[in-house]
Amino acid sequence: MEQLLDGFATALTPTHLLLAAIGVLLGTAIGVLPGIGPAMAVALLLPVTYGMEPTGAFIMFAGIYYGGMFGGSTTSILLNTPGESAAVVAAFEGNPMARKGRGAQALAAAAIGHFTGGIIGTILIVLLAPFVAKHAVDIGAPDLFAVMVLAFIAVTSVLGASRIRGFASLLIGLALGLVGLDEMTGQQRLTFGSLHLADGIDIVVVAVALFAVGEALWVAAHLRRKPFEPIPVGRPWLSRADLKRTWKPWLRGPVIGFPFGAIPAGGAEIPTFLSYVTEKRLSKHKDEFGKGAIEGVAGPESTASASAAGTLVTMLTLGLPTTAVAAVMLAAFQQYGIQPGPLLFQRESGLVWALIASLFIGLTLLLVLNLPLAPLWAKLLRIPRPYLYAGILFFASVGAYAVNADIFDLLLMFVIGLLGFGMRRYGLPVLPAIIGVILGPAAEQQMRRSLQLSDGSLTGLVNSPMAIVVYVVIVVILFFPLLKRFLPKPPVAPAEEREKVDA
Amino acid sequence: MSVKVWVAVAAALLAVLLVPPLLTPGADSGESNQVRALRVLVPNSPGGGYDITARTAAKAMEDADLLRNAEVFNLPGAGGTVGLGRTVGERGNGKLIMSMGLGVVGAVYTNKSPNSLLDTTPIAKLIEEPDIVVVAKDSPYTSMQQLVDAWKANPGTVTVGGGSAPGGPDHLAPMLIAKAVGLPPKTVNYIPFDGGGELLASVLGGKVAFGVSGVGEYRDQIQAGTLRVLAVTSKDRINGIDAPTLQQSGVDVEFTNWRGIVAPPGISPTDKAKLVEVFQNLQKTPQWREALQRNGWTNAFAPGDEFGTFLESENKRVATVLKDLGLA
Repeated sequence: MEQLLDGFATALTPTHLLLAAIGVLLGTAIGVLPGIGPAMAVALLLPVTYGMEPTGAFIMFAGIYYGGMFGGSTTSILLNTPGESAAVVAAFEGNPMARKGRGAQALAAAAIGHFTGGIIGTILIVLLAPFVAKHAVDIGAPDLFAVMVLAFIAVTSVLGASRIRGFASLLIGLALGLVGLDEMTGQQRLTFGSLHLADGIDIVVVAVALFAVGEALWVAAHLRRKPFEPIPVGRPWLSRADLKRTWKPWLRGPVIGFPFGAIPAGGAEIPTFLSYVTEKRLSKHKDEFGKGAIEGVAGPESTASASAAGTLVTMLTLGLPTTAVAAVMLAAFQQYGIQPGPLLFQRESGLVWALIASLFIGLTLLLVLNLPLAPLWAKLLRIPRPYLYAGILFFASVGAYAVNADIFDLLLMFVIGLLGFGMRRYGLPVLPAIIGVILGPAAEQQMRRSLQLSDGSLTGLVNSPMAIVVYVVIVVILFFPLLKRFLPKPPVAPAEEREKVDA
Repeated sequence: MSVKVWVAVAAALLAVLLVPPLLTPGADSGESNQVRALRVLVPNSPGGGYDITARTAAKAMEDADLLRNAEVFNLPGAGGTVGLGRTVGERGNGKLIMSMGLGVVGAVYTNKSPNSLLDTTPIAKLIEEPDIVVVAKDSPYTSMQQLVDAWKANPGTVTVGGGSAPGGPDHLAPMLIAKAVGLPPKTVNYIPFDGGGELLASVLGGKVAFGVSGVGEYRDQIQAGTLRVLAVTSKDRINGIDAPTLQQSGVDVEFTNWRGIVAPPGISPTDKAKLVEVFQNLQKTPQWREALQRNGWTNAFAPGDEFGTFLESENKRVATVLKDLGLA
């Protein structure tokens, strides 16, 4: 505790405060701009920070990291073009909200979600760092595969009205996920001899193409037939009803996000999706999901930030980067001759605690910066639709091109965009395809890794306690509807509840 | 406030933020031996090994006034072969160099890349980084000999983890070791992880029997005693790591991961000489020496043609291993 207070003392000096502010501003800007993710931003700034002392540099990097999370969901919500993979899920409900004129609320729910998720995550760093360090390495491929199976079961709840169309869409996603070099053996799959496809198709490209490009084409095809009206911009603040619906998702987010961030190969995509499905299940407003339910923004965003905090735990205590940004920050530590790992907290305790303190400060700065901006950003949608969608297409193209400065990515985005247009034309939901791209490769990798570890024996899939627990949970979920028949029926919820929902 | 104003503001912002990085500074070279407006292609993503080498070298050279207006940019993909394709495609361009290493040699085969490193103009080998054979502290293996015996008895269950995809350095090293001890590479149960970090967790958690990876990310864990190094793959022992070399443990393999610089094919002899000279001068700068120290890299400078010969022999060595595995 005393160390943390010392940390605050270090982090609150004017220089460090200024660096934190620069970091969060840069991070937000980078998150909003397409193409440059926080990982690249930190890498580009590395040489600039050589001259600085390490504490200041890391305070700035942490600001960029969290800032990127805040900014990333902005474009996701307003323009349906996620700038990075952690923000993909935010578009699911955030964009429908924005189109209903509730963009400001969606942005506010996301910002407060990031803040709560980040704060709780950072508190968990302080409390649990040694514990997590000890147990994160016990999580292996079989456990991760079990979680993937659970996630696949959860996909059924986003399939939409028609199961067949939902599954078709999921299969499209899984097929897209297969493209690339097989990671285990180095064989080529669906690459058609193109080197550009060897690394697979990036989830951000797929999401931007299916969401934004498909949508823009669809709107363009219907523009003449529909009355021309700009998207309304409603009241800027969260109403009491909104708050009532969001405070629980905000608090639930870290429970899912933090452990995922801390385990190797956890990342932010799968926990945000799991959070989305959980919120959908627990919500009293299930019918609103897909049309702009605020819980579906609040939960995943809080999860995303908490997973960012979890990532820092494993990076600091084990020297183990679980995301691209963490990998770059790890490289930065090494540049200063500091080796993150089990001895870091003893050797560099001043630096570590200042960094942790600066996370709290950075998050507060971000909230202060982003809340007032929410209504301003939302006004962006007042632009008439033709201009707006032209702008979206422009941003999407710049984003796809800027990542690798490669024309191929641009073509790929438009081809998948056409696919998205076709899917809309034939009533296929886009969501399951995105989930397929996220889950497919990850599940395959973990399953094959587990089987390889056990030298091909099937017991390798169930030989750890955590995997068994997860499978039991899956069985319970699957058979719960059957069990329910034998249980006395709960009283039917009063019908007025639904009518209270503001449209 | 009208829409037009907003659009104008947005466009202006975009122009300011996006246009400069897309344009190359077009200064011509002066008479001094300072190289201007050099572009450094990094064929993997920011934060990766080639990236750190390139950015560190560029920074050191700028500080020492050897370079002016150098621009480092990333073109990742297919283990570096996308960048290689671009470099080979820029025939005759004396203002472009590519940071690369052993990983690209293997990736050329696994990705069936139409371009080979032998098509490029070798400029310099810069650094080396040995691999280590490492187990968790509670592993039953305490010496390389023990590990090899168990491995030969049961190659399927004695799993090897590495931080690179098939064809990469961490994959080649265990295959070479297997060959040397008389185990067919095809029987090796190699499990690739996404970088040394993810592998570290699996070694610590005892998920894999042993890991083979660069020493960089593991120093702290080794010092803390949570990892045990059975052998280092380099010719000599490494400072600060209490482990014998492979040869001292009776395994006749010498292996180091290395990184260097190549340029497009067909550049003029003056351009080539100039680039080689710049990297030669880099060796003398205190900035570079300090960077080597900081990153734990071993200086392994080899200029132009010497590097070319080395590249050829490495290419052959990698090809033989990958052919045994059916990957080349």
